[in-house]
Amino acid sequence: MTQAEQERRFLDKIDREIKIEPNDWMPDEYRQTLIRQISQHAHSEIVGMLPEGNWITRAPNLRRKAVLLAKVQDEAGHGLYLYSATETLGADREQLMDDMHSGKAKYSSIFNYPALTWADIGTIGWLVDGAAIMNQVALCRTSYGPYARAMVKICKEESFHQRQGYESLMKLCNGTPQQKAMAQDAMNRFWWPALMMFGPSDAESTHSDQSIKWKIKRFTNDELRQSFVDATVSQAEILGLTIPDPNLKWNEERGHYDFSEINWEEFWQVVKGNGPCNKERIAARLKAKQEGLWVREAANAFAKKRAMKKSA
Amino acid sequence: MSTTQWPLWEVFIRSKQGLNHKHVGSLRAPDATLALENARDVYTRRSEGISIWVVESANIHATDIDDADSFFEPSDTKIYRHPTFYEVPDGVKHM
Repeated sequence: MTQAEQERRFLDKIDREIKIEPNDWMPDEYRQTLIRQISQHAHSEIVGMLPEGNWITRAPNLRRKAVLLAKVQDEAGHGLYLYSATETLGADREQLMDDMHSGKAKYSSIFNYPALTWADIGTIGWLVDGAAIMNQVALCRTSYGPYARAMVKICKEESFHQRQGYESLMKLCNGTPQQKAMAQDAMNRFWWPALMMFGPSDAESTHSDQSIKWKIKRFTNDELRQSFVDATVSQAEILGLTIPDPNLKWNEERGHYDFSEINWEEFWQVVKGNGPCNKERIAARLKAKQEGLWVREAANAFAKKRAMKKSA
Repeated sequence: MSTTQWPLWEVFIRSKQGLNHKHVGSLRAPDATLALENARDVYTRRSEGISIWVVESANIHATDIDDADSFFEPSDTKIYRHPTFYEVPDGVKHM
């Protein structure tokens, strides 16, 4: 079959909503785009464990501690599902991680902001996981089979992440004035970074067009961001929290909320590695890899020993 | 700072008695024992299974996707293998 025929068959499958599977022919650029996007997503799950993991030992009670532990464990699992999906495309998992450590590959910019108070943990669950879910639900219909299946599994598990965060904030918002103020402070710091999670505006997004054509992405960054704002306003009202945007108001004509322009200068600074925690996050990942190396080597040695015993 | 990779394993889970093991994903582990334990930790955190199989991915043999059309063609042409191929009068019951 000629390359042109292969390409036509591929595009025909995309048109007819037939998933692309690992051994199917695919354009090289489709493969590379997927590896970049899925690995970035995987890295985000793994780095996302850092700000929350930091609060496990400081959770206010055993229930919250068990919940946070379960959530962080989930993120590790989600990272694995996604790295596995990249491996079906021929990517080398270790190489992908090295690319993150060297700064060549990115992860979600939100994790370069610190989690300063306990209210941040609830806010991360509500807003950050909420934004992630908005994106991930759309990706359940992505055109690459293993990625879509990983997304379905992740969405199923992740809905508790958002709910536990909201519940935790509810508690603070109905608590003492200090607790309420702590929740509002977390909201003030996380609102804009959460909106930035959807990536650059459609006009600035370099990969969007082709990704939409190939149905890797089903909605644009701005569409998802708008859906998130629309969904979140009433949730904030119920908590009694104020969204830190004086221009936020319902636009009857559009049927959507209007909101202020994002501070893109800040967004690009954080993406480029100059956010408050970029260096700390990468250092923590490197340390984990280096200091865990002996465990992986010992497991290998033990597996060999056990295999030898078996064959003896 | 890459290290030697552990082999890749495919994970199959029986969600309850009476159902087949079903492929759920893959993972890396140094041997079968650890592959099973990792599979438990990753794929059954919410009681999704009562039994797990792990198979080293290298041991899986698959049909060639490029030959799929000709490979599966023999059954595509035998529509008389389906019950709907046969006409039965309207009044006939329990068939």
